Amino acid sequence: MSGNSHIPSSEITPEATFLNRRFFMKSSIWAGSTLATAGLYNAFTPSSEVKDIGTAIVTIKEPSMETVLAADEKVNTFKEIASYNNFYEFSTDKSSVALAAIGFVTDPWSVQVGGLVQKPRTFDLSDLHKIESVERTYRFRCVEGWSMVIPWVGFPLSRLLSMVEPMSSATHVAFETYYDIKQMPNSDSAGFDLPYVEGLRLDEAMHPLTLMATGLYGKTLPNQNGAPIRLVVPWKYGFKSIKSVVKITLTDKEPPTTWNIANAREYGFYSNVNPAVSHPRWTQANERRIGEGARRETLMFNGYAEQVAHLYKGMDLEKYF
Amino acid sequence: MTFSSDSRFHRQLVFINGILPALLIIIDGWRGKLGVNPVEFITRATGVLTLVFLVISLMVTPLRKTFGWSWLLKQRRLIGLYAFFYGVAHLLTYLAYDRGWELQTVIGDVYKRPFIAIGMFGFLLMVPLAVTSTNAMIKKLGGKRWNQLHRLTYIIAIAGVVHYYMIVKSDITYPLFFAIVVSLLLGYRVVANLKKPVKTVP
Repeated sequence: MSGNSHIPSSEITPEATFLNRRFFMKSSIWAGSTLATAGLYNAFTPSSEVKDIGTAIVTIKEPSMETVLAADEKVNTFKEIASYNNFYEFSTDKSSVALAAIGFVTDPWSVQVGGLVQKPRTFDLSDLHKIESVERTYRFRCVEGWSMVIPWVGFPLSRLLSMVEPMSSATHVAFETYYDIKQMPNSDSAGFDLPYVEGLRLDEAMHPLTLMATGLYGKTLPNQNGAPIRLVVPWKYGFKSIKSVVKITLTDKEPPTTWNIANAREYGFYSNVNPAVSHPRWTQANERRIGEGARRETLMFNGYAEQVAHLYKGMDLEKYF
Repeated sequence: MTFSSDSRFHRQLVFINGILPALLIIIDGWRGKLGVNPVEFITRATGVLTLVFLVISLMVTPLRKTFGWSWLLKQRRLIGLYAFFYGVAHLLTYLAYDRGWELQTVIGDVYKRPFIAIGMFGFLLMVPLAVTSTNAMIKKLGGKRWNQLHRLTYIIAIAGVVHYYMIVKSDITYPLFFAIVVSLLLGYRVVANLKKPVKTVP
């Protein structure tokens, strides 16, 4: 540089100090940039910490209802079940739901059962806990192409419905999830209208496999899995098994369902697990069982064909997907 | 040597920060920290990283012209190569885990699933850019033609965003974020091109 001849030598930074300063600057940039990169990476990495804080549920034995798993199928761990699932009101990232749902208040809770019934009734938690519970280990197949085996605790929906005495005019059952924008941080970004609604035909709802689950692994449900009470329909894609239910209404027509409203071409009312009918954007012929490496073949009606195929006799399952 | 002329330092910075996510994924995979569906995580992470590096490469010119950070230009090649690197990783994850290495099924899959077709299209466009990234190739092609060829990056970025948007089930927050950023970066070029004075021979 020219023109620095005026600077007295006392003001010139000694070379060693200058190099030190450079070294310090460089190191800071190194540290800062790599920390920022690692931090960004971390923000998008699954936080798989889940706490098992449920309370024990008393169940009775009913050996005849046990799902027969193939020799190579095993029940998924609590951690797998509780740290990876969809619940769009909390997060659309399956690994972030657990954390986002920690503060969700599920007690007190009430489920309003009404519509075309003789005895409409609101059940609070203690009413629900009085209904005899059973353990049911079911396969769970998500429409996205992954699956698990889950040891649910709950009671058949038919028991609840018989308590309110459906009218003979009732043909369908509509369900609704609790909705509170203050408790559900992702309400605005779910990508569909809330509250989440689902529905079944009455004969599907009365089927002995159809469960109202209140727990898993012998304890009350974690918030992320749909506490305190959710539907489980093992032969249908997971999104039919509506979570944190507050309302059950008997109707005389097919009720609207959330995913069908959002995209009717991709998600039908029935949404029975069917390896022969692919989703427009991916195959349903196989699935990734969580905890396994290779994909496995998807079974017709998720392996429950023997029990439920008669419900859809004569129906074109390509059309009523 | 000032900061802006220390290109060796810049290259080291880009190199380390580019490879770091891959290293972290490997380390977390090793420790079993990628959640219960690691394949899905790796697929998504490598896909998003491809887009991230594409976006960063598109940011070089606006940053250079707006803030005079011309030193960035020398690092653009490595940034682009990282986009290609993560694109390859993304494709390999798809071939290994989605297709189970049954490569003959890929063609049918491209035909059946439009988002796969678009992703594949974007990837294939990246190949010539990676191949022509060497100094020798730049010389061989000549700066002008090389520049024209590398404008394919614009199409690749659009294909990447569309590919991402199409696979999302309902929450479009992230694809929308990338769509906005890419639109701004491409819009910048349109505006800059309109403003450019007609060249006159001095």
